[in-house]
Amino acid sequence: MSEDVQGHIKLYYKIGGALLFLTVVTVGVSYIDFAVPMAIVVALIVATVKGSLVASYFMHLIGEQKGIYAALALTAFFFVVLIFIPLLGHSNTFGERKSFPNSHPPVVGGEAH
Amino acid sequence: MEIPYIVDERPDTGLTNVKLGIWLFLASEVMLFGGLFSAYILLRINAVDGAWPAFATNPLSVPIGAFNTVVLISSSVTMVLSYAALKMDDLSGYKKYMGLTIGLSLLFLVVKSYEYYDKFSHGDIPAASTFLAVYFTMTGLHGLHIIGGVVVNGYFLGPGTAMWYSNKPQFINRIEASGLYWHFVDLVWIFLFPVLYLL
Amino acid sequence: MADVTTVDKGAHAAHSTDTAHAHHDEGFLRTYIFSVDHKVIGIQYAVTGLLFLLFGFGLMMIMRWQLAYPFQPIPIIGGFLGDARAPGGIMLPEFYNQLGAMHGTIMVFLGVVPLAVGGFGNFVLPLQIGAPDMAFPKLNMASYWSFFLGGVVMFASFFAPGGAANSGWTSYAPLSVIATTGQTMWLLGMIFLITSSLLGSVNFIVTTIQLRAPGLSFMRLPFFVWAQLVTSFLLLLAFPPLEAAGVMQLMDRLAGTSFFLPTGLVVSNTPMEISGGGSPLLWQHLFWFLAHPEVYVLILPAMGIVAEILANNTRKPLWGYRALVASVVFLGFMSFVVWAHHMFMTGMGTTMSAFFQTTTMIISIPSVVILSAFLLSLYGGSIRYTTPMLFALAFLPMFAIGGLTGLPLGLSAPDIHLHDTYYVIGHFHYVVAPGTVLALLGGIYYWFPKATGRKMNDLLGRIHFFGSFICINVVFMPMFIQGLSGMNRRMADGGLEYAMNQDVLVWNVVISMGAWTLALFQIPFIFNFFWSIKKGEKVGANPWEATTLEWSAPSPPPHGNFSAPPSVHRGPYEYSVPGGESDFIMQADPHGPQAEPSKA
Repeated sequence: MSEDVQGHIKLYYKIGGALLFLTVVTVGVSYIDFAVPMAIVVALIVATVKGSLVASYFMHLIGEQKGIYAALALTAFFFVVLIFIPLLGHSNTFGERKSFPNSHPPVVGGEAH
Repeated sequence: MEIPYIVDERPDTGLTNVKLGIWLFLASEVMLFGGLFSAYILLRINAVDGAWPAFATNPLSVPIGAFNTVVLISSSVTMVLSYAALKMDDLSGYKKYMGLTIGLSLLFLVVKSYEYYDKFSHGDIPAASTFLAVYFTMTGLHGLHIIGGVVVNGYFLGPGTAMWYSNKPQFINRIEASGLYWHFVDLVWIFLFPVLYLL
Repeated sequence: MADVTTVDKGAHAAHSTDTAHAHHDEGFLRTYIFSVDHKVIGIQYAVTGLLFLLFGFGLMMIMRWQLAYPFQPIPIIGGFLGDARAPGGIMLPEFYNQLGAMHGTIMVFLGVVPLAVGGFGNFVLPLQIGAPDMAFPKLNMASYWSFFLGGVVMFASFFAPGGAANSGWTSYAPLSVIATTGQTMWLLGMIFLITSSLLGSVNFIVTTIQLRAPGLSFMRLPFFVWAQLVTSFLLLLAFPPLEAAGVMQLMDRLAGTSFFLPTGLVVSNTPMEISGGGSPLLWQHLFWFLAHPEVYVLILPAMGIVAEILANNTRKPLWGYRALVASVVFLGFMSFVVWAHHMFMTGMGTTMSAFFQTTTMIISIPSVVILSAFLLSLYGGSIRYTTPMLFALAFLPMFAIGGLTGLPLGLSAPDIHLHDTYYVIGHFHYVVAPGTVLALLGGIYYWFPKATGRKMNDLLGRIHFFGSFICINVVFMPMFIQGLSGMNRRMADGGLEYAMNQDVLVWNVVISMGAWTLALFQIPFIFNFFWSIKKGEKVGANPWEATTLEWSAPSPPPHGNFSAPPSVHRGPYEYSVPGGESDFIMQADPHGPQAEPSKA
């Protein structure tokens, strides 16, 4: 049993290392000059890979019980609904420059450091 | 009649009560942060020209954010190692790694506080723009979750350790549950960092 | 049969060594106030919920005076309201708005859900699955006290400067962001209530999945348990986005952010000093993402209660158990994808509108299946017109009217005329007031003997039923007439100033009279409830000759409910089984026709 756990410990260190490497990738990839939609997709893919490692190995989702998978699948579906439905009403205006009549654009807070 | 399946798994579901309970709670947390991510998307898409920092102009400090990401990921590693130590009957190992986890969490919070202070002192408060509003609210709520985790982990490092002696398997289950919560907090940050700092 | 010795709650006598804890040694606070026993917590939820229902009803009765007799001094209490609310006893519109917003909030979040889910769910569910308690008893206690605190904050908000929240229970931005302090208290109260719901829903789901007695497979669960299980999933997954939105609205109000405030917002001729860039629609999306599943949270437990009472009082199994289960699960799932039918008038494009109209029409199907199954369950039954049965029977046509009147609202074309009119008020009240609340009252008559060991008085029950049933229809039916002629919601003068309303204003008086008479008919119930605790007819474990597991435990059940997990041998509604000795066989009865042994 504790050889089992020793094996797991080695795995945790490996996954930890992978995560740190992927963090470097996350930052590095942001300097590549992608078009906006591509940059978003790439960033989300890298984040998803990192998240999957955390979920699968640290949270032991690999080989977990079916009940947990079912609850998470349900949640994932509703999460997607939550994220994407508000976009449906605006899909025709992505990337457009927008302005409001009769109002001045607000002062932007945050400058590049 | 005692409540069953606190320590042993129920045969047909293969789960203990606490394991199912914590995953359900995490499901609700997915929806909570999902609501905030959804708000972020809607507000950014609808932003008037110039109201939101242009794409990838990094109004936040990427090095600091990246450092914090490394800190939090490391705390996730130490958390799972503390659980592994318990499974190997190594109480002092557990205490070491749990202590490290709490230490790294506090470091994350200190760095975050510095970031906040830096922003406030330049007049970059939440009211100044929707980007800042989103940034402070999302990282603020995430920070509250870290504080919650520190409190729980602190309890398990301190007085909660008594259960190691009175009911070892239940204690291990509790640390597993606490670990699952902690990894989730790390997971949220794994998405928050690129979304807020890099995109 | 579970073998338990009868123990009075809180008695000091020694009891069977089978029960694991010596609770009666724990003193008053631990036994009655900070108890971890699901039965005590259930009663706490139920009583608190009923008190808030009464309070919310009281708020409405004051509103109904203004609607029937606009700008007349309110009798009796007008003098006590003070100049900030009703100078000279005449209600200010600001106060009317507070009453409206808080009536809705209190009825939904402090009255119906705590009673239906916290009260009935907590008390009945562990008993019906043969469990000793909920999976997490301390968490259960925490969820009650979180609800209690939320209720205190909501109640206290009436005394804040500027009064309680007054932007509707829907708290739409930007009005809610610029509203008085009461709105901040509303948001804080909601955070307590949402926390309570989340903790409770985790408990319910884990308990139902993990603590079912041996032999109790999912398809042998009473429909009440299925209804509570789906309800818990709705609470678990739909509430958090509203919590996120609540946090954002608090940020807008307290930190000056502009999550929901659009650029160029002008209030009282002064442009607001905000960053702008926010979206009022964002609030609506996040609010309704919860609030639509919330209405199914309101109805599903009531359907569960009606199912139990119908099966018991027709002496035959429910018709279409599998269809009922499939429908309630499908209904829960669909409830997450219909929310924007509350937003048809916000200028959404035809694609979004078509999507939500379609899903809304689809979601009516499982409701129809459930209602039809209930109606078919009556056919060929030996109907016993017990007091709970009267309420359960009344639920059926009331829910039908509520559901049918929802159809024109779910289609965007007729919704253009009906949105924000009294038709909407009539529609949703029919499902909740003549619908859910009648079912909940029936449930109280039904399970009161289990909780107290005594039956409620039947004559008083019948007076309560007939009076309430008639009055509640007098209150809500005319609202459809008013709405169809275009009378708007939330008008402090009752629609007086609009020419199109003049013909239907007379109904305001009728409705108000109905509401006040409805209040009078609750007196026999309140009296009956308290009187029967001490003086009601004493009964044993199973006064209704029912089949489900809670009736195998004593009335009232001791701590731990059963001395050993009951073994379940059959489905939940084995009534009038051919060849049986009596017209019912209990689920835990080891004798009688054995069902196929199922996977536990």
